[in-house]
Amino acid sequence: MTTIYRKSKGLQDVPMHYCPGCSHGIVHKLIAEVMEEMDLIQQAIAICPVGCSVFAGSYFACDAIEAAHGRAPAVATAVKRTHPNQPVFTYQGDGDLASIGAAEIVHAAMRGEHFTTIFINNAIYGMTGGQMAPTTLLGQRATTAPGGRTKEQAGCPMRVAELLSTLEGLVYAERVCVVDIPHLNQAKRAIRKAFEKQMAGEGFTFVEVLAACPTNWGMDPIGANRWLMEHMAEYYPLGVVKEV
Amino acid sequence: MKREIWKGSEAIAEAAIRAGCRGFFGYPITPQNEIPEYMSVRMPAAGGVFVQAESELAAINMVYGAAACGVRAMTSSSSPGVSLKQEGISYMAGAELPGVIVNVMRGGPGLGSIQPAQGDYYQATRGGGNGDYRTVVLAPASLQEAADLMFEAFDIADQYRNPVVVLVDGLIAQMMEPIVWKEHPGRPLPEKTWAADGRRGRAHNNFVTSLFMDAPDCEAHNLALLEKYKAIEANECRWEELMLDDAELVLVAYGTPSRVAQTAVEHLRSQNIKAGVFRPITLWPFPYARLREIAAQPQVKRFMAVEMSTGQMVDDVNLAVAGQKPVAFYGRCGGVIPHVSEIEGAVLAAWKEGL
Ligand SMILES: Cc1ncc(C[n+]2csc(CCOP(=O)(O)OP(=O)(O)O)c2C)c(N)n1
Ligand code: SF4
Repeated sequence: MTTIYRKSKGLQDVPMHYCPGCSHGIVHKLIAEVMEEMDLIQQAIAICPVGCSVFAGSYFACDAIEAAHGRAPAVATAVKRTHPNQPVFTYQGDGDLASIGAAEIVHAAMRGEHFTTIFINNAIYGMTGGQMAPTTLLGQRATTAPGGRTKEQAGCPMRVAELLSTLEGLVYAERVCVVDIPHLNQAKRAIRKAFEKQMAGEGFTFVEVLAACPTNWGMDPIGANRWLMEHMAEYYPLGVVKEV
Repeated sequence: MKREIWKGSEAIAEAAIRAGCRGFFGYPITPQNEIPEYMSVRMPAAGGVFVQAESELAAINMVYGAAACGVRAMTSSSSPGVSLKQEGISYMAGAELPGVIVNVMRGGPGLGSIQPAQGDYYQATRGGGNGDYRTVVLAPASLQEAADLMFEAFDIADQYRNPVVVLVDGLIAQMMEPIVWKEHPGRPLPEKTWAADGRRGRAHNNFVTSLFMDAPDCEAHNLALLEKYKAIEANECRWEELMLDDAELVLVAYGTPSRVAQTAVEHLRSQNIKAGVFRPITLWPFPYARLREIAAQPQVKRFMAVEMSTGQMVDDVNLAVAGQKPVAFYGRCGGVIPHVSEIEGAVLAAWKEGL
């Protein structure tokens, strides 16, 4: 019998709690596969955020540290600097990274910390029930912007990959999504490249994943992916944002 | 052993390195800038990591990160900065991570003043951040004691997997005094089998977290922490008694005011007033039991807490004395250090009031 598919060894054999159609589980899987393929599971240290992926450390097979909301890049800075030869990554949502943790991510990028950040941009606060995030699109409804986000009230959404790419310490930033197999494969290539550059000691690496939150968007999984490609990918262009 | 003259901040930093600290994360604030400045040179030379963080929030979360993967780590700051660190300290207590936080207290609230004060006693001894937790609080009154207690701070933190606060007022950090660098054999410490430093063959992954989704699990965790705090109370309480054997009036003070109080007591004794000093060295656990015993002694007539605040530790003195004898208070605050004559005057006034 030939095995054509199995769960990555980078994941523990436990069920995940994510909603149907949520991108978190898919991105976990891609990270796990990259860790397995690069033989990093035994060395890697994951820094988990506060958000829907707060249990990521119970899903990844590598060691993990739960950070306070937004502080994963500060935690990762100390972990990587005290363990410079081991792969370290933060996994963060858009509320976590772009709002409460904006200072921590900017300064980690500025310092060119040698870890990788996987940034899950689902344009909403998932865990707390659909409040507006810095990445919520203009016109997009949120529980704290029931009529849709307006520029006058909340400004325009933040393009984090572009913002961080102005910093010399960032050596690689790519924006990807996981709505279908081709995009998923590209996302995996980006994650792998980020880990490779990290292990080569090049600097700070960043992969932004446009992610679906069907639950808080009020859509079914297929509709959510369609909305993501039509609206999010328009404002947040897919592709390499910076590579040096 | 050779006596060397050291500046307080630098002695604290040097002692930390000698105690095996290999991660320092800080943000500038007066009056403790000499600690990160010293660390920026000495820590890399000792093979450790120094990072000037973007904020005190980031700095304490770096301590959290280093501690979570098994490294002895610390941060230092002064009052407004320590307020920002409360988030990380609460997370460290919740995730049971060791680490040392030095607070060189200045006047408050808010930006306050940059002169020595003791207004952060409540914050340090009552947890300070969210949740039911305690930090061990060590309060040295001399540079020798500060240097010695840094070794203890890291050992206590590692033994109990809990953050330890070294609480000094600005004077201790800024003054110069002779120090003898002693050998510190330390205590037997458990291995950090919980550290998330990469599995490297370990059968399971380590996940450092303070999250418990189910309330009964979180309650069990809190009760386990409580047991730990009880063990700390039983094992780690420290204090010093000066001229207490026949004392009728007991001054209670820590840090700089304890030294001023000691001089005041010497003057008072020359006027035949039997005073003494009780100096808590651990502010948490506070030496309640010993102070209660002293309060029960028949010759003891009255207590007076002396602080550089409007009265915070005096609450613990009252808890200890438990109404057995009257407890008075004398304090200066906002960065003002009480003079010997003021304490003498306050004691004489209390004496006249009818000891
Ligand atoms: C200091 C603090 N503030 C607020 C919260 C509440 N909180 C939990 S998760 C979250 C936002 C999560 O959104 P995001 O980072 O976008 O991740 P997602 O859940 O969408 O994956 C917030 C505000 C918290 N846990 N801690
Ligand atoms: S709420 Fe949204 S982000 Fe959270 S698990 Fe559900 S779909 Fe995913």
